[in-house]
Formats: sequence, C-alpha cells, structure tokens
Amino acid sequence: MKKLSLVVGIVLVSIVVAMALVSLVWTPFDPTRVVPAEALQKPSRRHIMGTDGFGIDIFSRILAGSRIVMLVGVIAVGIAAVLGTPLGMFAGMVKGWSGTLVQRATDILFAFPALLLAILLAAAVGGSTTTGMVAIGIATIPVFARLARAGTLQVMSQDYVLAARSAGTPWLSVARRHVWPNIAPLIGVQASVSFGMAILAEASLSYLGLATPPTVPTWGRMLFDAQKFLFNAPNLTVWPALAIALAVLGFNVLGDGLRDHLDPRLREVS
Amino acid sequence: MSPTYRLDSVNRVYGNARSRVHAVADATFDVLDGQRLGIVGESGSGKSTLIRMMAALDRPSSGQLLFRGRDISHLPEKDLGDLRSSVQMVFQDPRSSLNPRMKVGDIITEPLRSPLLRQRADVPTDRTERLREVMDQVGLPFSLRNRYPHEFSGGQRQRIAIARALSPKPDVLIADEPVSALDVSVRAHVLNLLLDLVGEYGLTMLFVSHDLTVVRHVCDSVIVMHRGRIVEHGPIEEVYNDPRDDYTRTLLAAVPKIRV
Amino acid sequence: MSLLSVENLDITFGRRRIPAVRGVSFSLDAGERLGLIGESGSGKSVTALAVMGLLPENAHVSGSVAFKGREVVGASDKVLSDLRGDEMTMVFQEPMTALDPTMTAGRQVAEVVRLHAGADPGAARQRVLDILAEVGLPDPARAADAYPHELSGGQRQRIMMAMALVNRPDLVICDEPTTALDVTVQARVLALLDEELDAAGAACLFISHDLAVVSQVCDQVMVMWRGEIVETGSVAQVLGDPQHGYTRGLVATARLDLARPGSRLPVVEDYWTGGGRP
Repeated sequence: MKKLSLVVGIVLVSIVVAMALVSLVWTPFDPTRVVPAEALQKPSRRHIMGTDGFGIDIFSRILAGSRIVMLVGVIAVGIAAVLGTPLGMFAGMVKGWSGTLVQRATDILFAFPALLLAILLAAAVGGSTTTGMVAIGIATIPVFARLARAGTLQVMSQDYVLAARSAGTPWLSVARRHVWPNIAPLIGVQASVSFGMAILAEASLSYLGLATPPTVPTWGRMLFDAQKFLFNAPNLTVWPALAIALAVLGFNVLGDGLRDHLDPRLREVS
Repeated sequence: MSPTYRLDSVNRVYGNARSRVHAVADATFDVLDGQRLGIVGESGSGKSTLIRMMAALDRPSSGQLLFRGRDISHLPEKDLGDLRSSVQMVFQDPRSSLNPRMKVGDIITEPLRSPLLRQRADVPTDRTERLREVMDQVGLPFSLRNRYPHEFSGGQRQRIAIARALSPKPDVLIADEPVSALDVSVRAHVLNLLLDLVGEYGLTMLFVSHDLTVVRHVCDSVIVMHRGRIVEHGPIEEVYNDPRDDYTRTLLAAVPKIRV
Repeated sequence: MSLLSVENLDITFGRRRIPAVRGVSFSLDAGERLGLIGESGSGKSVTALAVMGLLPENAHVSGSVAFKGREVVGASDKVLSDLRGDEMTMVFQEPMTALDPTMTAGRQVAEVVRLHAGADPGAARQRVLDILAEVGLPDPARAADAYPHELSGGQRQRIMMAMALVNRPDLVICDEPTTALDVTVQARVLALLDEELDAAGAACLFISHDLAVVSQVCDQVMVMWRGEIVETGSVAQVLGDPQHGYTRGLVATARLDLARPGSRLPVVEDYWTGGGRP
C-alpha cells in the first residue's frame, strides 16, 4: 500500500516531464498560431482534445504548457530550497540573537501569500513568467527554512553531533557532514510537495493575468480563456483543469511516497 | 607531576534571574594520570553536565577547570586542539551517537579529519592505517568499514563508538553510561574491552554511571553526586564499605542484590 | 485450576512469519509471583502482550492462554476489554509514553475506575484520591490534577500502578516497570508493589532483564531465550544453581558483585554458544 503512492507519484510526474520534453521538439500543431476557422471544434482524430476559441489545438497547448509547469516548479522550488534550507540550518545551529533573527524574518515572510507577493512584484517590475516564478519562490522560502530548522534542531540534539564537536570538527563541516545528509530526505519530500504547490500558484497567477503574458500557453491561462465557453464548450475547461489537477496530485503523492519510503529506512533495526 | 584535571569550585548554572538551575555546584577534585574515576549519581545529579565541561563541550559558569595545568573554562575553540585530541568521549546511546548516514569507517576516522586535532604532533595521519589498527583493537573486522550503523547490533555500535574515541590516540577516555543501554550479555564484552584498552594504553578514564556495581568493577576511585554537588569522593572500596554521606548510604542500600 | 494457564503459545509476526515466541507453556496460581527473565529479542514482552490480548494486527497466535478458565487467544475485543483494567492489568516500562500527555493523572485513573466499576464522577474522584494516597503520593489532590509531564518519573510510575491496582485485579503484569527509574526510586516503587500485591492478593507476572530485581520480587522464575523458555523453577534454583547453559552464562555475566574488580568478566559465550555475536 505504501509502495502504491510512490509508484503513482512517479508515473504521474514522469508523464508531465515527458510531456515537457516532447513539447520541446514537437507538438501536433503550433500552440500559438491562431486559426479562427477551426475554433471550438470537438475532439476528433485530428484534434484529440478539440480546439479552443482561437482555433488552436488544445492538446498542443497542454503539451506546451507543461514546459512552463516544469520551469516554474524547478525555478520556484529551486529558489525556495537553495535559499531557505541554509537559512533554516543556520537558525537551527546558531544559538543566540542571530538565530532568532533569522527565525523571525522567515516568520514575517511566511505571512505573505505567494499571490500577494506576485502582485507586488508585478506592480513593481511588470508581470511576466519570471516575476511569477520568483514571487512563488520567495514566498516558499519560509516553508523550507522552517523545515530545515526543525530537522536541524533534531539532528543537533543527537549525540553524534556532540561526538563530532568532541572530535574537533568545525561547525561548517558539522553542517555539511552531519546535518545536511540527515535532513536531505525531509527537504526532498518537501521539494516534491512544494513543486505541486508551485504549479497551483502559477496556474492561479496566470489565470489572473499576473504572470505569463496571454500569448504564452500555460494551463492557468487556458482556464481563463475557457471561461467564456464554460457551458457551450466545456472541454476547453476540462482539459487544463485535469492537467493541473493530475500534475499537482502527482507531485503530492510522490512526496508522500518518498516520505513513506525513506522513513522506515531512517529508523534503524536494532 | 600536575594532575590531568584539576577542578576548583566549578559551577554550571542555567536559566535567568527568575528560574535558575544549579546543574553543578562547587565541584572541586583532581584526576590523576592513569586514574579510573567513577562518577556516580542519579538523574539530575549533574554528572553528565560535569563531564561535558571536562570534555569542553560545555563551559563552566564559574570556577577553574584545569586540564594539564591550563584553564580551559574560557579557552576559544581554536586553542582547544590539545584537549580535543587528548580527551575523547563514548556516549550512552549507541543509536544516537553514530550518524546514521555515515559509513562506520568514516565515523571512526572523523577525529582524524579535524584540522584542530591535527595540531597535535602525534595524531595519526594515515587514516586508513589507523582505521585498520583501531578496528582490530575493538574486535571489529576491517571489512565492515563501509557499512552503516543500522547494520550493526547495539554492542557492535558501542565498539564503533569506542573505536572512534581511540582513533586520535587520546590520553583520557570519558565514558558516559557506556553500557546502560546494552543487554546484560553484551555488557561484559564492552566492559572487558574498556578495561583491556585502558590497561594496555595507560589511559585515564572517567566512567559515569548510575550503576554502582559496574562502577565498582571498573574504577579505582569514585565521586558520588547528588543534585549538582559532590557528596563523597575517595577510593572505591572505602566509599562502598564505609560511606560517610547519608545519600551515599541510601544509594548503596537501594542497589538490588541477587538473593538466592 | 490455575489463575493463568499458557499452553504451547506460538507467536509469529507479519507475512514472513518471523517467530517471536515458540512453544511457551507455564502456569500461574492465585497470589503467585512469577518472574520472566530475558534480554531484548527473547520474546518476554510479546508473551506479556499475548496474555493481555494486546498483540498488534500482524501477529499470528496459536496455542492457548486461559485466564480463570476463559480463553484469551482469539477472544473478542468486548470480552478482552472487560477483563483488562479490571481483573488483569499491566504496568509498562516507560510511563511517559504509557500515560496520555493530554489528560491529567487523576482523569486517567478515574477512567479506569468508571469503565469497570461504573461509579459516578463524585465517587470515582474519591476512589482516585484514595488509591493515589495508597501508592504513596504525598499530595494526592495535587497529583490528580497534574499532567504527566509535570510529575517526576517515580511519580508517573506510581500513577501507572494506581491505574493497575485500583480495581483490585487478580493478575498484574509488570513489563520492566522500574528499568527507567533511578535506583533509589526503584527501591521505593518495588516496595510499594510488594505491599499492594499483598493487599490485593493479586498474582504477578514480573518481566525484567535485571536478575537482582526479579529475585527480590518473585518466588518462581522462568528464563527466556529467543522465544523459548529454557529454564524454570524457584529463584533459588534458577539463579543459585542454574542448569541450562544460557542461564548459567547469564547469571555469571550478571554477577558483577562476584567478580574480582578489574578482572575479566565472564560472558555468556563462556557457557553457552547457542547465542549470536554481541
């Protein structure tokens, strides 16, 4: 049963990755070329998911959109993990005011929802995919910082850290050799779950028009475009919605599966 | 010849003005070269805090803590090379004292990787060779050096911990309840090993335990601690046969004896 | 008829049927104190849980455990719930995990009282205060209103004992009840246990790895090794003149008081090589 999560997660995530990779070299139709004559066609053998209000093949847009999904996930989670984890480790290892300062700073950052940050950033420098990704990334830093701090505190309470100090290991080496390898699984699982959250956040942002410009195909944008046709052409809504849901589910379930898989191995057999 | 350790009114206090905890109060005693000193007490006695200060893993709040004539109580980390390479600790819980994600060979040689320890001239530089030596001394096959801690039993893990403590060729071994978490049948193996090593290398040993019978077997002198204070100090047989302090008497009387 | 009669108890775990207990048989009469000595992995705790019917889902049990003539193996949860806490109780090793951290001590004891004696809250409160005083807590009212983390280890163990004794059971199973306690506290808790068992006329199955403690509490003792009982008899016989190689080794290695200080301690392997490496 536990293995199931891992398998399902891997399968779903692989599909998204495969879609993104494939779309780099081929899509059935050009996802950006408007063909008014072919607008709102029902699914057929030519257009397996049908066409949208601009006459663009939905399947091609879905494929192209998966690229943005992967990019957003990687950049946003990358920013969050690369910046958040060391902050959390620092807060967990250093006692005294500097550690507390970092903690409070992340708490404050935590109070800002990703969307709010994205709006602020868009207002300041103009909305684009980049501002969206950066905003999501920054908003997710506290999640990684907190997790890293909690994990670090746990590791620091273990005798093997005392033993390392007794062996004269410098602090930086303690972080590298002892803290990081033991919190890495936690961070990895969180990365997977945050990936799903980032996808959702980006979809919301591009739905609101705050991230990617209308010409770039993203699943969120597709939902926005599909609103007008909600009742007479529901498949315009269904496909991107399904894609978002499955992608987010895939990353979440992968995270669960990873956690279950890693957990018993962390516990020793005495 | 100056004593290895000399403590003079060492105190360790935690907390602030509202709630202070006096973990160690007025500890004054010497540890001579080659001595096997037992430190006995129940929970809250301060014994663990005391040895952590002696291993420079914690600093006294006040008092003098001399190691080989030098006061280490406020010495910065970079000047602790001599102490760190000469004083090594073995901890109680074989599960939490070994990094689960490190191979045991790396765990054992970690002290040899430290630039701080290498300040001392006679710390071994050939890590692989020293690893071989030290694993042999504790009775672990060299071939197991790439395994992980969870693949070993509790007794074997304690051996790994002892090997790690020995790798920088220390002069002082501080053992904090080294057999308390082990099965009875495994205890004797580890105690025998400790006695062999201490005897062969002329180590000074500080042996912390709540188990009076174990301490009697392994040590030649003993300190009894109660609520942070040293209430008794002397040669083992004297203290056990003719205790001067009431708490010591209560402690000795409470030890269950096999009655047949 | 014996109070407790275990016959050919066989317990394995999981799909791979890892054996934990093999062919264990023993009996316990009313008021008798039976010790069960073993190291980790010997199966002693599993045996205790089997007697209480508290084994996890993945345990496969065969054989018979008859308590006052009633079969425990395979009995329904309803039957077992009636027995447990009332006629048959257990004291665990680690009171911090055996007590609910979100409930006050008094409430936990009261729960045991109300489940079986069905007293109304007022009468239950009085029972609780009485039993807390009986187990030697100096300020029963304060202890009753305290949460487990506010009490010391010894106090928590007394609360556990109060829970185990309040309904005057016929059998009290103790699984390493004093192992986590300081030695002076242990002495007091064992003395308390002795008094309470006498007062209730209860039988006791006392599990421990500590030979000295077992010899103090019990008259009869069994030694378990790798799921099997290798020796059984009176304390004087088993600890004074052990017959089985493992018991001889165990007693020899445990008796530090008989070894010359600083000398090589005997190990089990000197007497019995059926064991694994340490």
